[in-house]
Amino acid sequence: MNIDSIQNGVVIDHIKAGQGMKLYELLHLDDIDASVAIIKNVTSNKMGKKDIIKIDADFEPDLDIIGFVDPDATVNIIKDGVLAGKRSIEMPEILEGVLKCKNPRCITCCEQELKQIFKLTDRENKVYRCIYCETKAQY
Amino acid sequence: MRSVIDILDLSVEELDQLIKTATDIIDNPAKYAHVCAGKKLATLFFEPSTRTRMSFEAAMYELGGNVISMASAASSSASKGESVADTAKVISCYADIIAMRHPKEGAAYVLAHNATVPTINAGDGGHCHPTQTLADLLTIHREKGRFNNLTVGFCGDLKFGRTVHSLINALSRYEGINIALISPDELKLPSYVKKDVLQKKDIPYVQTTNLEEVMPALDILYMTRVQRERFFNEEDYLRLKDSYILTPEKLKNAKEDLAILHPLPRVNEISVAIDDDPRACYFKQVLNGKYMRMALILKLLKEAGTI
Repeated sequence: MNIDSIQNGVVIDHIKAGQGMKLYELLHLDDIDASVAIIKNVTSNKMGKKDIIKIDADFEPDLDIIGFVDPDATVNIIKDGVLAGKRSIEMPEILEGVLKCKNPRCITCCEQELKQIFKLTDRENKVYRCIYCETKAQY
Repeated sequence: MRSVIDILDLSVEELDQLIKTATDIIDNPAKYAHVCAGKKLATLFFEPSTRTRMSFEAAMYELGGNVISMASAASSSASKGESVADTAKVISCYADIIAMRHPKEGAAYVLAHNATVPTINAGDGGHCHPTQTLADLLTIHREKGRFNNLTVGFCGDLKFGRTVHSLINALSRYEGINIALISPDELKLPSYVKKDVLQKKDIPYVQTTNLEEVMPALDILYMTRVQRERFFNEEDYLRLKDSYILTPEKLKNAKEDLAILHPLPRVNEISVAIDDDPRACYFKQVLNGKYMRMALILKLLKEAGTI
């Protein structure tokens, strides 16, 4: 399958297979008025299978969101058709305004002006918990 | 400003110090009778709890301080839609320290991060209730003289019982702790507590539905009530509420020096026939709760430079 190269934009590569759509949704890529390609289950020598997202627009992705979904993903910035830079990805210690706490008893469910903030509590198992009620993040 | 939301906000050294202070209060009450003179504790109870509120209020009075109180959500500005954050800022203008109970989990965090005076979580939904754990710890310490090398049985509602989760967390920091988890299948200890606390810290535990089976090994038996308010479904509550009832018969094989604890209120999970048994410690636990609240109020007011 061929997807055209982009001239100016962002390629998020080496996304764990199956996580591409999640990243698309959390980055709100449906709101961008530009070509966006999600390529699922691409054969990869290193990973077996991977997902790739190509965004054909001058777009600064939220690296915390990418780090939350898949800290092993890579982000390449493309200018005039060539690689112009890379962004390093790490799991963020704090994730703010990205997820909503799913605990119906959490204070954030009834006081909706409170910021939704999750904290990394277990790096090894990639566990984030709501800072208010400590419920594990679900997405 | 220092706050206590969770029992783990207090280090082991701080817990030891609180126990020392509480013990000194018990031995020398006159020494503490005026230490908080002119200071005010605000008790904000958005959820009914006569016991905890009165314990906090009695604690402050016995320290020579005063209390301003909001006894129910219906009589507060919360009924007009005021947020916890705003309540925290407003009450900070009136009081030197705040104790709050709220039905929503995480409300204590919001209070602590918006108040300008020290705050104490007096229970935030099913999340944390650290001063109950302080009461439990002082009771264990006074009955056993130690926190190390104890076999502790938790019986009843281990799923929604926040006091159980808190006490397991607190005890997990000591050596030689063995845990027995006794509950119906539907009310088992949540897997994240087992994984994050018991397994992570290599604490040996057994999980059973049979109280008599583990009774002979126990040094502490922590009974709990199946709490109606934690269930979304009344039918489930009615089915499970009488799962474990402690009777003299069930204590036949228990150790002579077993200590029976219960955070109270009890409904029927401990037969009144046990109340006169020297092993029943749940009313002493109530008194110990007041002493630990006194110790905690003192600590926080001292740290804030208020006294």
